[in-house]
Amino acid sequence: MARPRLAAAFVAMGLTLAAVPAFADARSDSKAQVDFGIKAAQRDLWKEALYRWKRAVEVDPTYAAAFNNLAIAYEHNGQFDDARVAYEKALELEPNNVLIKQNYDLFREINDRANRNGDR
Amino acid sequence: MIARTVTAIGSRRLATFGAGALALGLLASGCVSFYEIPIETPIKAKLDVSPFQRVHVVGFIAGGSDDVDANLETVRLLRSQLRTRSGLRVIEADVLPLAEIAQEMNKDSGAPADAPAAPDAPTTPDGKPAPEGSPTPEVKPNTSEPVDPAGHSPQAAASVAKVRDEKSLASFEPIFANVEYWKKLGEEFQQPLIVTGTVLFTPQSKSGMVSQTRETYDNLGRRVVVPTRVFMERKGYILRPKFIFIDGRTGTRIYSESFREERLYPSQQNVPALSSYFELMDDVIPRFLNVLSTQKVRGTRVLLK
Repeated sequence: MARPRLAAAFVAMGLTLAAVPAFADARSDSKAQVDFGIKAAQRDLWKEALYRWKRAVEVDPTYAAAFNNLAIAYEHNGQFDDARVAYEKALELEPNNVLIKQNYDLFREINDRANRNGDR
Repeated sequence: MIARTVTAIGSRRLATFGAGALALGLLASGCVSFYEIPIETPIKAKLDVSPFQRVHVVGFIAGGSDDVDANLETVRLLRSQLRTRSGLRVIEADVLPLAEIAQEMNKDSGAPADAPAAPDAPTTPDGKPAPEGSPTPEVKPNTSEPVDPAGHSPQAAASVAKVRDEKSLASFEPIFANVEYWKKLGEEFQQPLIVTGTVLFTPQSKSGMVSQTRETYDNLGRRVVVPTRVFMERKGYILRPKFIFIDGRTGTRIYSESFREERLYPSQQNVPALSSYFELMDDVIPRFLNVLSTQKVRGTRVLLK
């Protein structure tokens, strides 16, 4: 019962977020989407988080954190190809970010396991 | 225990530790906002098992250490895991002494004499070679009355060759390509998915430099962890299972996958072989189950602001 209510509250907050003044620059708009996505993911609302981070990278395609978070959401959904693309984009934007590298390494371990096709 | 599903590679663990430490430093200095979050990543099943309602773990050609009956233990463990963590009905039947059956088959088909190697040289109870003329110890069959569709008698097992390494294991492998044998077995059990294969559980010992951390206290009484490298003699086991999945309707192999895990303990630590076997199987089981059903891998990731 609590989860739909929580989801509804998040949707309402999202609508408020959509009304961010038009003069806000791309990064701050994207940042708002990223923050909101983090709150959603922390409440296990991964679908909402995925949507927010997709918006974030659309608004600001140079925002590495948004791509990192988007990759995690894809990973959580089992969409490994999309996750790889997003991680690689995040690393392309911030090649020295150790936290993105760490996430990517952990993802690769799981992806390798998923792609292992047996002995023949 | 079995739920531990993420196996990290040593170097990556070190990198993760380093990254974590750096992240902690950055957090303390207020430079970055990040959030660690638990995630469960679904990994799809590798085999479509929808044509099967039942699964039959028949037995394995096992070898290596004499301390563990790897055939019996592997069958018991896999059956119990499949019962609780797969949608297939598990057939409870006697465990087949597959090595013995394979050897019989080799004899029947006139395989070269060097195929299943001659039984190991007899040894005394303390492991030393027995004097010449000593009787060769008999190998007990795993079960009292195993069901063998090829009709090979368990008595034949008495003279079965011991499997010590991968080379000797290879000579038993033709049994897995014997379509007629598996088809016949499948017919007896209403055409289930058949699980079989090989399991090598071998002792090993190594000596060399090992990285360790040592706790000390500095002049101000603060605890300091110092990385050190020490020479150590270690002993343990290597587990090399190969799982073969056979279609009980046709007798053909549909999938196979090999694994390799090893554990080393300080030589002073007396770890029973069976405990080590289960520790190693803990790492293999999630990957085995992933062949038949979607598994969720638990882990953590770092969300960034």
